[in-house]
Amino acid sequence: MGTGGIAAGGVEVIASFEKAFAASRIRATVEKNCSVHKVGCRGFCARDVLVDVILDGSKSTYEYIKPDMVERIVNEHIVGGTPVGDWLVKDDYHTFHDKQVKVVLSDCGEVDPEDIDSYIFREGYEAVKKVLTTMSPQEAIDVIKASGLRGRGGAGFPTGVKWDMAIKAPGPKKYLICNADEGDPGAFMDRSVVEGNPHAVIEGMIIGAYAIQAPYGYVYIRAEYPLAVERLHLAIKQAKERGFLGKNILGKGFDFNVKVKLGAGAFVCGEETALIASIEGKRGQPRAKPPFPVQKGLWGYPTIINNVETLANVPYIMRKGAEWYAAMGTEKSKGTKVFALTGKILNSGLIEVPMGIPLREVIYDIGGGIEGGKKLKAVQTGGPSGGCIPASIIDTTLDYESLGKVGSIMGSGGMVVLDETDCMVNVAKYFLEFTKSESCGKCVPCRIGTKRLLEILTRITEGKGREGDLDLLETLSIDVKTSSLCGLGQSAPNPVLSTIKYYRDEYEAHIYEKRCPAGVCKDLLSYSITEQFCKGCTACTRVCPAGAIIGEKKKPHKIVQDICIKCGACFETCKFKAIKKG
Amino acid sequence: MERKLEGIIARYHENEGNLISILQDLESEFGYLREDAILWVSERLDVPPAKFYGIATFYAQFHLKPRGKNVITACCGTACHVKGSERLINSLVKELGIPEGEDTSEDLKFTVEKVNCVGACSIAPVIIVNKTVLGKVTPDKLKTEMKTLKEGKKEYTDYI
Repeated sequence: MGTGGIAAGGVEVIASFEKAFAASRIRATVEKNCSVHKVGCRGFCARDVLVDVILDGSKSTYEYIKPDMVERIVNEHIVGGTPVGDWLVKDDYHTFHDKQVKVVLSDCGEVDPEDIDSYIFREGYEAVKKVLTTMSPQEAIDVIKASGLRGRGGAGFPTGVKWDMAIKAPGPKKYLICNADEGDPGAFMDRSVVEGNPHAVIEGMIIGAYAIQAPYGYVYIRAEYPLAVERLHLAIKQAKERGFLGKNILGKGFDFNVKVKLGAGAFVCGEETALIASIEGKRGQPRAKPPFPVQKGLWGYPTIINNVETLANVPYIMRKGAEWYAAMGTEKSKGTKVFALTGKILNSGLIEVPMGIPLREVIYDIGGGIEGGKKLKAVQTGGPSGGCIPASIIDTTLDYESLGKVGSIMGSGGMVVLDETDCMVNVAKYFLEFTKSESCGKCVPCRIGTKRLLEILTRITEGKGREGDLDLLETLSIDVKTSSLCGLGQSAPNPVLSTIKYYRDEYEAHIYEKRCPAGVCKDLLSYSITEQFCKGCTACTRVCPAGAIIGEKKKPHKIVQDICIKCGACFETCKFKAIKKG
Repeated sequence: MERKLEGIIARYHENEGNLISILQDLESEFGYLREDAILWVSERLDVPPAKFYGIATFYAQFHLKPRGKNVITACCGTACHVKGSERLINSLVKELGIPEGEDTSEDLKFTVEKVNCVGACSIAPVIIVNKTVLGKVTPDKLKTEMKTLKEGKKEYTDYI
């Protein structure tokens, strides 16, 4: 029941179950086994709504459940004892989960995010008890250092080292900020974690705050995630009532309070110094570093900013030990990473895999391959700061170092799969449109550089590409990378550089042959009707938003090129393959 | 109006003097940032209006013009983009009669907005009507939904 599950009708399904239970005449015998629990997102969003029925300890999972299907499940399975075979999850539900290793997501989809007891029942807040009663702040930091946990926001700075700097930084008070300003388009890891298990994030914050001795904490979260915000508020309230937040936590003399700050819609606020400016109520513009936030952060005090996923790892590391965590992953990248697997992939959803897993296994085993039997073209990781990994090097392993080597980045965990019908020039242009409009404008290289890059890319996709454009793109990209003030500008050219590196021929086709090989760039396309295939069924006329298709019924139609807006609606509608794209 | 503004200012001190919080309150109170409201608050707090406008124009969440009764938000995240969000936006603009270069229809009934990413990429492309999240939207499905919306047959205020 995350945003995806609710959009698929989760609320209605629950209501139908409640109604069916109430209407069922053998209610008295059924009811005590049949309470309906809401759980957070369990990752396999493409199959929503998922329903578990647990009868006498044996669990059956149903997929694609709609409210009108509930009655049959109640009658045949819950009352009758025979599961409805057709609607149960198929084998691929299990292959989706088999290669995953869940740490951060281990309780997502199992606990009720709106009920603290449900989290406590699964050993929630045990880590806080353990740390506060048996460890000094320095000992807690040492555990995190030994676990090898690195920042999951993208840059991968070792969390323990950051905390160590904070505890040693002089200052009358300190702050801990949880960065939930998940701005990368195509990423929803943090949203799912906060929606699915907000208490794990709060528990991680309490431990982090204890380790650096910060009495105040903030969660900076996007306003675009209303459900996550609401569940977070509720979780903070519940944690306060149980004495995990507030004054003198667990009687150990440590105070910690958390406030929620809503972002106001600016991508750059994911950058640490911009985020701090935004919490202070100013325009979210970054400033030069040093001084780093750990020296001079929020209102001038030492401040630590950790990503949601980083903090959500902390309770599990504390409970199970640093060795357990460090045993997962590669030499330099420990533990697991959550990815949002989306795009042209069969099983899209939220996944968690051990660091160092080959990309191929993620795409084909967990993801189930490409939608519609098409060919994989590239995998885009790291959002607007990342790059594209072409199908030819799909055996690249997923860890900070390997991804860096192939010209992409781990980033926060967005993973968008592109197939043969996606144009790489268009993808690069899409990301530049994004970074150009999100550039805060403070430094010249980023403000003007991204604009010029976008202009060149736009020109190329419009068929006005010129000789020398590729060199110009590359030199300008490097200039912007090396001279921008913050991470946004320093990484904004990555999508351009990585697509040129691997898909130079596609750029050249646009520039020299005025052709878009993937058939995406409108200005390089035209649609026409092949007369001998056209049956005159008028299906295309009806879907054409521009009214550009003329012709009598049962006679071959024609597309008026001057009116055609090249939307491709006719191409998708025609059953006789009479529409030609080229 | 003044009584409402007094309430907002009262919360100002709880919010550590945060101008963003004031603007968020103003926006949710009036639906957009009214000039007279900003000037009033600016005078009361002795903070120049330029400061307010500096913040208001920086963040995407703030609006300086009135918005429609129904707000239709189109997600433009990467997954939605590769799955055809652009076409959906074009058809929204056309279907709801939004004038070129504007985002709100003249009768103030509909506003069409783009958002960077709502993080529901598995059900891309995504359109949000008021508070209802619609997933895996096709041009056909969108047309039907817009018809329902225009005729006021369904409440699009479900929880998201």
